[in-house]
Amino acid sequence: MTDIIQIAIIGSGPAGLSAAARAAELNLSHVLIEKTDHLSDTIFKYQKGKHIMATPDQLVLRSDVDFAAGSREDILERWDEQSKSADLNVMLNSEVMEITGTKGNFEIKIKGGKSIKAAYVIMGIGTQGNPNTMRCPGGDLPFVQYQLDDPNAYFDEDIIVIGGGDAGIENALGLCADPKLENRVTLLQRAPDFPKAKEANAKALMSAKNDGRLDVITQATTSSLEKGWINIDVKDGTDRLPCDRVIARMGSAPPRKFVESCGVEFSSPDRLAYPVLSETFETTQPGLYVIGALAGYPLIKHCMNQGYDVVENINGNTGLKPADEPLLQEKFQSLPGQNSVSEWLEFIRSQVEIFRELTPLQMREFMLDSNVHAKKKGDEIFVRNDIGSSLFSIASGSVNVHISPTDHSITVPIGEGQIFGETGLISGRKRNATITAAEDCILIETPRNAARKLISTVPAVKRTVDRIAIERQLLQIFGSGLTRDHLNDIIKDAEVSTAMAGTALITEGDDDTDIYIIQSGSMLVEKMIGDKNVFLSYVPAGSYVGEMALFEEGRRTASVKAAVKSEVIKLQGRHFEKLLAENPALKDKIEDELADRRAMNAYIEGQKSNFDSVADLYGARANFLIEQGLGEATDALLIDETLCIGCDNCEIACAESHDGISRLNREAGTTFANIHVPTSCRHCEHPHCMSDCPPNAITRAPDGEVFINDTCIGCGNCQRYCPYGVIQMEKTPPKKPSLLSWMVFGIGPGPGQADSAWVKKKLSKSKAEAPKKAVKCDMCRGIKGGASCVRACPTGAAIRVSPEAYLGLARKEREMG
Amino acid sequence: MAKKNQSVAVHSSFLAHRNYLFLKLSLLICFISIVGYMWADFEPVRNGGTWYGYTLGTIGALLILWLTMLGMRKRWITQGHWSLKGWTSAHIYLGLALLIVATLHTGFQFGWNLHTLSYGLMIGVIASGLFGIYFYATVPRHMSNNRGEMGQADMLDEVENLDRLLRETAQPLNDKYIELVRDSTNKTVLGGNIFKRLSGRDKKCPTQAALKFFREELRTVDNASHGAILDLISVLERKNSLLQHIRKHIRFRALLEFWLYFHIPLTFALLAALTAHIVSVFYYS
Repeated sequence: MTDIIQIAIIGSGPAGLSAAARAAELNLSHVLIEKTDHLSDTIFKYQKGKHIMATPDQLVLRSDVDFAAGSREDILERWDEQSKSADLNVMLNSEVMEITGTKGNFEIKIKGGKSIKAAYVIMGIGTQGNPNTMRCPGGDLPFVQYQLDDPNAYFDEDIIVIGGGDAGIENALGLCADPKLENRVTLLQRAPDFPKAKEANAKALMSAKNDGRLDVITQATTSSLEKGWINIDVKDGTDRLPCDRVIARMGSAPPRKFVESCGVEFSSPDRLAYPVLSETFETTQPGLYVIGALAGYPLIKHCMNQGYDVVENINGNTGLKPADEPLLQEKFQSLPGQNSVSEWLEFIRSQVEIFRELTPLQMREFMLDSNVHAKKKGDEIFVRNDIGSSLFSIASGSVNVHISPTDHSITVPIGEGQIFGETGLISGRKRNATITAAEDCILIETPRNAARKLISTVPAVKRTVDRIAIERQLLQIFGSGLTRDHLNDIIKDAEVSTAMAGTALITEGDDDTDIYIIQSGSMLVEKMIGDKNVFLSYVPAGSYVGEMALFEEGRRTASVKAAVKSEVIKLQGRHFEKLLAENPALKDKIEDELADRRAMNAYIEGQKSNFDSVADLYGARANFLIEQGLGEATDALLIDETLCIGCDNCEIACAESHDGISRLNREAGTTFANIHVPTSCRHCEHPHCMSDCPPNAITRAPDGEVFINDTCIGCGNCQRYCPYGVIQMEKTPPKKPSLLSWMVFGIGPGPGQADSAWVKKKLSKSKAEAPKKAVKCDMCRGIKGGASCVRACPTGAAIRVSPEAYLGLARKEREMG
Repeated sequence: MAKKNQSVAVHSSFLAHRNYLFLKLSLLICFISIVGYMWADFEPVRNGGTWYGYTLGTIGALLILWLTMLGMRKRWITQGHWSLKGWTSAHIYLGLALLIVATLHTGFQFGWNLHTLSYGLMIGVIASGLFGIYFYATVPRHMSNNRGEMGQADMLDEVENLDRLLRETAQPLNDKYIELVRDSTNKTVLGGNIFKRLSGRDKKCPTQAALKFFREELRTVDNASHGAILDLISVLERKNSLLQHIRKHIRFRALLEFWLYFHIPLTFALLAALTAHIVSVFYYS
């Protein structure tokens, strides 16, 4: 084999397939090397009949191979046909073992001894890697398989699933989902529990076990396999189980090692890091390209476009603009000046501090998710108490922060290249200041998810954002007397840490002087009075605690503990002490500014003897609300039982506003000291329900409400994740006759959620089966007038509040009383 | 700051809604009606037939129609910035103002006729409404305190639990005793007709009877059963106390409800009488 092929493409997924098709179209000599005996293995392994989406919608597809949303089967069939008709040179069943050589002369060794020489190599091998195989005796028997295509394909079998990761658990649950198939499923797990699985999956598995639908054996390893049997070692000896089929899902070796062995560098040692790529997807090994999921693009359309672009590029078409060019062009259109997309990208990158270490490719991807705004002098960018969690960067110009809620004229400038809005981004709470444009300026607004991705993938961005957050908080605490230079030491030694609920950051009586900035979650301030822990205040994310110790000689006067799991930044007190000791003038100035707070502390001290059962009750009440999850709520429904007549009109209103299903249960939930917390969504600052929604159907709207949109697939993950039990899986009930016909003629079940008998009777007439979907409170999103439950309460018992407002209010009443 | 004030406003009762806006409005209406009644010129006599009488009558009739709309508003959950609490507040104060407006409309001329019947029905509606205001303003707090941290369903679940415990505790005892316990578990009635519910008691409660019986039995019983009966008594006491709470709860719920059995039918009767009153006045005048 002396012939050198122009382009060797490894992996026949969407990226590789599209690259090969382009090479064939350009009449370049090429080979498409695929490990398995079919094209596009990742998609091949999808469940049968799975509907595949073609997102992002606005991105044009640039490929010689077709792709549109459709079922797995349709898409694979079309690709097979097109690869034949386009005369692709495909090598199936060929696993690449090694790639050596350099640009112009790569050598690709294939399992079995064959080798191929190529001028360029394109790697589109995805991130799936190779499944770990059974290595015990009998591991190569034909009834051992490493994937499950169709859970309904087996009948009346003893099936052993090995591995307690997500894949194993999902397979095991799939196999026992239909009891009619009469399979006896056993899941073997090596560890005593399921640390690698998503919590929801582990819970679902245990509940299936409790229902007797399958068996789970933990701390079990396979010792050998033989026809019809599996022998296992368990905690207290050995066991032998009947076994017709083994599905081994023991994880896979990530392809990183292999890719690195080809001379490709990765951006960081992090497990999730991607290879370092140029704008043309070339790796640090010249002539070797990485595209698709391995390059960090999980979406099919992106992959296919990249395959096309890379081949064009190799063919000398270096002027080709990426397919997302028109999208970016449209974004930049609103900006003054007629710059090209790449000029704008470079301008923003060089102007804004946090973007400086981004590659042009990262810049592009990140700008696709962001928006640009050109603001005129005086324009409002956002207002205090707006809900918003996007991050703003100033590419040119500057803005003013109106730090005082009452006096609009007190402002602090933020200049070119800086960012703002980071508090909302980190804490998920409302904006804590109003911001206006100080001059004409160009701003980049990055939504929460894109910003978080940026922070987690580029360490430099995280460092910068954390530093800015600390600086801002310190300036806010100490007022204008402090300059940036004072802060260097403090920032250098700042530690970010997570405090679990109930952990004390500051203990009353200690003599430390550390200061804590609360980035997310919330804190409770308590004080021992007599032998009772009295609640003093509630400190939400975006604030700080502990600064008074610097000025109050002596010991901590109160304890601060985390109300919910919180992220805090600890700043070393000794640096502050040094700073203040060196600058007596600064100390005086700050002490003046803190006079108000000192007065408040003095007041509390002075009132100590008067703290009676009222304060006690107030504290107990606050603790109760925190226990009910209000510490992480942004907006919650409470019922003042001294006004509630139990008419359930709130539930009726809820059902009437939402397809006939009430999303709250007034009677359920807990009560304490006349405050009732019904079973209803608290719109948490970092919603648990959002953590694992496959179609990403749960989002937070601009007004703060967390809602589930129509793309819900009814998987029930959110219901399992919600610690407050406020999500139900429900079918949309049939439409009811109108209110008038009920009032006048008594037709239908009347207002509110229809009783199940009526629904059943009505449904039995129609054949259509509606799927179950997750429903929860959306705070009457899009309904004029706001939350129906509150509007429909005849006595004012139902109130919707944020925890700060409620606890603050209760405190005020007490102080005045 | 604005936000805080708002939450103060949100958390006020139906009586204090918007700083007693509708109370003030009603007082104003009453004041104007009385002043007008004093000053306006009436010939030959003060009654509904004068121009001022017609005016008051029209206002009163429109008010009555609007007040009945509360029932509709409550169930008709539409979009928009309405607040049922506001409607309730207005319903109460404007309803009370009707007392003045309609009384002045009569010109204090009463007799055994349709017109006075309408007036009487209206007074009935308002009087029953007064009970409603009183109960709405006072009962919820008592109801919440009585219930403590338990919900209605929790209380019923607890009864079931105690019944199970009663059966188990009574197991070793003789048939006569078991029969009494069975009466308590099977024949204890909660609720019943409106009078029973309002009373908050059941004089013939088998649980109470059993408790009384066992307490007395304790004096004469042999040592063998003594311990078992003591156990039984302690469970019966728990159940009895829980039943008292539940009956109180039922009583409170009944109080919140029963006045409506007068208020609503009287309203419909009033609407009928009012229609007849208006038609007859225009037909015969």
